[in-house]
Amino acid sequence: MTTLDFFLQALTLQGGYNSALVAVGAGLLGIAGGGAGAFVFLRKRALVSDAVTHATLPGVAIAFIIMALLGGDGRWLPGLILGSAASAAIGLMAVEWISAKTRLGEDAAIGAVLSVFFGLGIVLLTVIQTMDHGKQAGLDTFLLGSTAGMLIGEAVLIAAAGAVAVALVVALRRPMTMVAFDPEYAATLGIDVRRTDLAMMGLALIVTVIGLKIVGLILIVALLIIPPVAARFWTDRVDRLILISAAIGGVSGYTGAALSAAAADMPTGPIIVLIAFAMFALSLAFSPLRGVLASALRHRRFQHRVHLRQGLLALARGEAIYDRLTLRILRRRGLIRGDGVVTQDGRGAAGRAQLDETRWTTARRLRADDPVLERYDGLTPIDRILTTDQVAHLDSLLPKPEST
Amino acid sequence: MEVGAEFVQLSLAPIVIGTLAAIACALPGNFLLLRRQALIGDAISHVALPGIVVAFLVTGTIATWPMMIGAAGAAVVAVALIELIKRLGRVEPGAAMGVVFTTLFAAGVLLLEQSDTSGVHIDVEHALYGNLESLIWFDAVGWSSLADPAALAGLPPQLFRLAIVLAVIVVFLVAFWKELAISTFDPGFAQALGIRTGAVGFALVVASAIAAVAAFDAVGSIIVIAMFVCPPATARLMTDRLGRQIAWSVLFATTSAIAGYVFAGYGPLWFGSADAVSAAGMIATVAGLQLGLACMIGPRRQRTGQAAAPH
Repeated sequence: MTTLDFFLQALTLQGGYNSALVAVGAGLLGIAGGGAGAFVFLRKRALVSDAVTHATLPGVAIAFIIMALLGGDGRWLPGLILGSAASAAIGLMAVEWISAKTRLGEDAAIGAVLSVFFGLGIVLLTVIQTMDHGKQAGLDTFLLGSTAGMLIGEAVLIAAAGAVAVALVVALRRPMTMVAFDPEYAATLGIDVRRTDLAMMGLALIVTVIGLKIVGLILIVALLIIPPVAARFWTDRVDRLILISAAIGGVSGYTGAALSAAAADMPTGPIIVLIAFAMFALSLAFSPLRGVLASALRHRRFQHRVHLRQGLLALARGEAIYDRLTLRILRRRGLIRGDGVVTQDGRGAAGRAQLDETRWTTARRLRADDPVLERYDGLTPIDRILTTDQVAHLDSLLPKPEST
Repeated sequence: MEVGAEFVQLSLAPIVIGTLAAIACALPGNFLLLRRQALIGDAISHVALPGIVVAFLVTGTIATWPMMIGAAGAAVVAVALIELIKRLGRVEPGAAMGVVFTTLFAAGVLLLEQSDTSGVHIDVEHALYGNLESLIWFDAVGWSSLADPAALAGLPPQLFRLAIVLAVIVVFLVAFWKELAISTFDPGFAQALGIRTGAVGFALVVASAIAAVAAFDAVGSIIVIAMFVCPPATARLMTDRLGRQIAWSVLFATTSAIAGYVFAGYGPLWFGSADAVSAAGMIATVAGLQLGLACMIGPRRQRTGQAAAPH
């Protein structure tokens, strides 16, 4: 069986119950991450979630130590998730506290919390290595995530928690949207901004802790950041932004987990992140709204219109044209011949351009303070701005062309 | 063996290397902090991994210089990518940074898994928390070795590299002190004086990348991130003057490196455990404790004019 067959099987949920469950769980995780991340992104707090994700490590380690000391299995996932949630919450509060109470900026607070909590976590991991429980192996999979050898119960837990997170995003979307866009207006509507912010970061925290096992704590933040940034290219409406972001996250999570289940040396977390990035790169390049290609085309079209207009005006005034681009555009439209002589069409078009220009000049001289006429850009024909009657009236006021 | 011989052999070099790395990162960190670019260090150290892996794949060895060039190249690529995404996509800087460094880190991990690195020692953990404890001075027999040229030549090469990098950074800061200070505090005024603020900012990022890469090679990325942010942030809460802030940050970087290493190596002994814990992690933790303390009692911890604010 080829890798592709295996991948297709995993995608269609036939690669075994376990990997199917993991793929569904990763998909739900991606949807929740994309949804929650959209609000975090709109609130411009993408990197706060980076501090939150790194801050999970000491909690994981402490939970392991406590569970092992109590005689249980230190790797019991619900316990580790609780521990990670507690320390991530402390990390989040530390960021808020430092940036609110001291003169340090939020970026410094993020950097400090991220590195110090992570450092403390590493210290605790080395403490665990020296404990004689022997079963410590596996905690380092929380750094980069691993779906290999995941227990059925763990996969069910992740899928269920992912579903809960999705439900929370749906339930909290209105207040979070209001606060993300206009916190002051939201406050006048009776929305508690501080609490909504906390709920938003809490949601990011939930995504983080359930993503630890699959994506790992270093990369989970990508599921909160990349999907909304990619989605932003496709829409200006917030409801669609959330949906698109959640869809991108879901597709990344699902295909990433399926792909990683199909091939041996494909670590789950990095694959998911790279798929999300590929979708971001496609959006950046090809989105019709804000994509690079679309704006390059727009720029080219605009450039052509300007050159065409200026070329026609030059023809009408009988001036010589030297600009190569202008000549090429006029030639391609059959307005001049290969040797630069004006064609019949060209004379007509030049006359129309000259008439439009004269109308504009006259109108702007007669009604200098008319805001409608402020829309003069040297490109828009005046009959698109004024009514037929107005144009006819304007024409009666035009300076009489000298008879030739 | 004389008293302290074991200390000189096992602990002196790591402590000196840790201190040099901490200071080399903290110095440019002061300016990054004041420019609200504290997370540049975070981004640079995340992307060092793919740089190192690519350097390994190209050269096939784990020699130091290709690795450092690879990491520095990756840092430049990352900064350029962030700028590109910001401009082309009109994406907010924080989000652009998040997109770039997570993607490059993921690419690094994937490359590492895909390539055959079984014969050599590169792994993600090593990149994250380095291996300060292994930088032992084998040739030392005691304090007297400090005066013995033959023994000194046997010091871990990271020590000399970091010393050179630190010297380069000090020279850079001294030479461009005026430009850096003015363009950090008042970019508009700096431009009016004819200072090219863009070039100054870029030079600062390059200096930070050099410090990060040299330190990363010796001590791993956690110390790099922590030292870019924590000592300067702690110092910022102690004084209003730039010169003093930098002096404080050097002091805090030094104390966290020394105290962190000592706690990691000897702390467990005091609690009756024989095994040391991660020095890199402990150094970051001590730096964090210092910052936490300064946040609570630092003489200049509050924003100027904060008391007058309505809320």
